[in-house]
Amino acid sequence: MTFLIIFLCIVLTAVVLVQLGKVTEIARTIRGEADAQEDLNTRQGFIGMVFMVLFMIFCLGSAWYYKNWMLGYGPHESASEHGGVLDSMFNITLGFTYVVFVLTHIALFWYAWKYRGRRGRKALFMPHDTKLELVWTAIPAIVMCFLVVNGLMAWNEVMGDDGDEDIEIEATAQQFSWTIRYPGQDGKLGEKDYKSITGLNALGQVWTDTKNLDDFNADKIVLPVGKKVRVRITAKDVLHNFDLPHFRVKMDAIPGLPTYFYFTPKITTKDYRKNLADYPEYQAPDPNSPDKKLWETFNFDLACAELCGSGHYAMKKIVEIVTEEEYEKWLTTQNSTYFTSGVRFSDEDPYKNDLFDNEDKAQAAAFKTTFESTLLSEEDKTIILDKVEFAFAKSELTPLSRYQINHLAAELKRNPNVQIELAGHTDNVGSDENNLTFSESRANVVYNMLLQKGIDADRMRAVGYGDRQPIGDNDTDAGRQKNRRTEARIIAQ
Amino acid sequence: MASITTTKVSETDLLIEEYGYDDHFHEHHDEDKFQSSFITTYIFSQDHKTIAKQFLITGMFWGVMGAMMSLVFRMQLGFPEESLMWLKPVLGKWITVADGVGTLAPEFYYALVTIHGTVIVFFVLTAGLSGTFSNLLIPLQVGARDMASPLLNMLSYWFFFLAGAIMFASLFLSTGPFSGGWTAYPPLSALPQASAGSGAGMTMWTVSLVFFVVSVLLGGINYVTTVLNLRTKGMTMWRLPLTIWAFFITAILGILSFPVLVSAFFLLVCDRALQTSFFLSEIFIGGQALEHVGGSPILYQHLFWFLGHPEVYIIILPAMGIVSEVLSVHSRKPIFGYRAMVYSILAIAFLSFIVWAHHMFMSGVNPFISNFFVIFTLIIAVPSAVKVFNWIATLYGGNIRFNAASLFGIGFVSMFISGGLTGIFLGNSAIDIQMHDTYFVVAHFHIVMGVAAFFGMFAGVYHWFPKMYARFMNETLGRIHFWGTLIGAYAVFWPMHYLGMAGVPRRYYSFDTFENFSHFANINKFITVAAVVVFALQVLFIINFFYSIWKGKKVTTRNPCGATTLEWTTPIEAGHGNWPGKIPAVQRWAYDYGKDGKDFIPQIVPLADGEKDNGDH
Repeated sequence: MTFLIIFLCIVLTAVVLVQLGKVTEIARTIRGEADAQEDLNTRQGFIGMVFMVLFMIFCLGSAWYYKNWMLGYGPHESASEHGGVLDSMFNITLGFTYVVFVLTHIALFWYAWKYRGRRGRKALFMPHDTKLELVWTAIPAIVMCFLVVNGLMAWNEVMGDDGDEDIEIEATAQQFSWTIRYPGQDGKLGEKDYKSITGLNALGQVWTDTKNLDDFNADKIVLPVGKKVRVRITAKDVLHNFDLPHFRVKMDAIPGLPTYFYFTPKITTKDYRKNLADYPEYQAPDPNSPDKKLWETFNFDLACAELCGSGHYAMKKIVEIVTEEEYEKWLTTQNSTYFTSGVRFSDEDPYKNDLFDNEDKAQAAAFKTTFESTLLSEEDKTIILDKVEFAFAKSELTPLSRYQINHLAAELKRNPNVQIELAGHTDNVGSDENNLTFSESRANVVYNMLLQKGIDADRMRAVGYGDRQPIGDNDTDAGRQKNRRTEARIIAQ
Repeated sequence: MASITTTKVSETDLLIEEYGYDDHFHEHHDEDKFQSSFITTYIFSQDHKTIAKQFLITGMFWGVMGAMMSLVFRMQLGFPEESLMWLKPVLGKWITVADGVGTLAPEFYYALVTIHGTVIVFFVLTAGLSGTFSNLLIPLQVGARDMASPLLNMLSYWFFFLAGAIMFASLFLSTGPFSGGWTAYPPLSALPQASAGSGAGMTMWTVSLVFFVVSVLLGGINYVTTVLNLRTKGMTMWRLPLTIWAFFITAILGILSFPVLVSAFFLLVCDRALQTSFFLSEIFIGGQALEHVGGSPILYQHLFWFLGHPEVYIIILPAMGIVSEVLSVHSRKPIFGYRAMVYSILAIAFLSFIVWAHHMFMSGVNPFISNFFVIFTLIIAVPSAVKVFNWIATLYGGNIRFNAASLFGIGFVSMFISGGLTGIFLGNSAIDIQMHDTYFVVAHFHIVMGVAAFFGMFAGVYHWFPKMYARFMNETLGRIHFWGTLIGAYAVFWPMHYLGMAGVPRRYYSFDTFENFSHFANINKFITVAAVVVFALQVLFIINFFYSIWKGKKVTTRNPCGATTLEWTTPIEAGHGNWPGKIPAVQRWAYDYGKDGKDFIPQIVPLADGEKDNGDH
């Protein structure tokens, strides 16, 4: 119904306007064309002048009204060091263009008014004026030179790929989110290969590149104030754009072609918020947390500025600028993707059959503690070799088992009086007889390994117990798993 | 107005008879062949004047389509909370309903933005503007019976029609029309996995635009050939009106640049259909790593903008030509600095081919290369400034007759200044870092090549409507149309500069996610309301247009606005062949207004003894 009424109103207005048009046309014929045209010229010229004056006032007024959103004014001062240069370039250009804008508009509408057609007036025959034309060719040319030189100096300064950054991070875009990668302790980002992308490995990090092993992904961009940052910008699927409006940073993210941008944050988020507190625009309560004001919840944003599909408008990451101490502290709370997101020892891990030195050392230390406490213990003389595992239904050690056997050998060497029994156990699946032989052969494998490591044969014996000494519930998978084990029992010390 | 006309009808005929060139046209009997039935007269017509009208009315159709699309997405931006249930009957599943509140689906928002851009740039401002006025004015103003090849000319329109039909059909696809932006950057446009519109929607979009390029080329070759070969006796290049110069150079730009677009599309189609890797490399999408390796998405951008930048001049040059002519006629003064105007058209056209990468400063091209593009881009400001100063100087000392045509001419100059100046910001790569892909860009190009080009087009329609339909458009409605549109267009686009300065990115469906971009709800409401008003005024224009075709005031004199150019020497209702007898011969340049105390001297009037021709000297 409303729709119909609105529609009828529009139709009615159109009809009225058309009738008005017809009437004025008839009136014009009655009055005489020349008379009517002269009046019309005066009226239209005058309207033009009024428009021009109001337009100029509107331009200034609106600029004044929005001054706190303009570049380099009010709270929106650049948060990066290079941004100030760009803002001043903007404002210099604004100065020149504003003068041209005002002068040409005054001339345009003032001439239109002044030289409006009147009967008896003769138009000036002025086909050209070489001198004038040279002047107004030269002036813009000179101004343009000035702007080009300044602009290009700033541009090359900002865009140079000098490699003098303090920190390099990586931003990878995909539909419709960002992944932010930090280089970890080595300060270097590892290689990526898009074909290595999996559920565990969101960025396709190539794990054989050891630079990757300490890299971590952060849920926001945290950067220390005053440090030069190089952002390596990549994309997985389509074009995106790494846009940090407060930092005057913008660069496309392209699949297959990494780009970069350098910038140095010059103010922390906290200090920026304090500056915002002075402005009325930021006094309103934050709609998302009404007990706080807008300036208190302000954050720098990372946005996408290249159309990337239907979720383009929602690719947000928070950017937090902190002091250097806070940054260092934050770094310690972040964990390497490789070690903490399930990649380590998964099938994707090229090192799944090896331990890194630090892992080996940690395991050795843990084993040493267990070994020593077992030596001291009165009752429990059994050490479960929890890292010694066999391939399924075989008497073949898994590759990682060698480390614990090494540790056992090392402890035996350090404690030359200790003698042990290597006890093999199975779960209750299969016949007793088989289990007995099976457990014995597995114990023997460990025994032989230790022999090779130089442990005297008379210090050890290998015994298979089959399924006779369960320590877990054989009715559950977890229990059976617990029961399949190899133990080192101290029989003399 | 009639009193200003000093040349009498009979005088014109006498001059044509005495000096004109007899090509024995009346001895041919082509007229029967060309205009014998309804179909050959109004549909498959080979008459350039009819084809011009076809281009214009089809352009108007697409203008309304494009504008309505913009209203829908402006509703989303200005009033995101309002229910759009009332659009459900039209948009169907693209309005998603939750709790009785209808919301525009983001996919369709992007489809609207994309198709709005595509049809306004190509169908309205290229075909509707250059197609209309090149067709109408080139034969009439150079003194030719018709285009060099009327058949190709007719085909040019029908390829355009076909392109439009395909684009229109794509709106009804179940996966939606193409929605990856009018620039269609791969990989988004290449991979159906990336966006629903990149499937069948993109296929139809590409096919449509390839037909469109065929149309532009057929038209362009015709325009160039006609201007070069079919100028009448005495019509030297330096006696051509600036409209013809503009159309001529525009056609050359189109011929040189549109094929490059097709080559980009060709490679894109190969990537889409034949698994080639021209633009695709190392893509992981939809849980799958694609085999494409070694392509460059930036290559597409180079090819696209090699057309794309000349394209904006293909749009604006005809408007400049029309405005130069209209301002001169209605100021009763020669265009100031005719040669400078021609040279600046040439300079702009030349430079337009070496500035394309200024669209790509932030797209990952080597920053060193950008240096050159900054220099060339900002140099364009010089010929552009010359043109502006010359238009203003044309008004200076004039005896200006205000009517809808001249008002739109003046409005064009204002828009071109406002939009052109912001180009100086964007062309400077250092400033573009912050401004690229923000609302500042939206404001810039809408004012300088959108609104300004429309103003040029309106000036042309109001000015040459009497030549097209032998009737006048209603002037009162025209003036309401002008002032409303001028104020309304500024109200729509001026505030966008402030959004851009605050860093608000363009092509955002909603600003809810970003606290920092959501401060501008009021501006967005204001813009949307202004856009609705401006749209209503264009409806008024269309009413005026069609009303005037049948009911407008009749033209009673051949040369109602007292212009010097040849189109006004034809009969009021010019038939096929334009002049019933001889073709008029040209004796002087096109801008003898106010010379030697005469209000104007038509081009067919011979130079007086010792009189100097101000053009061809």
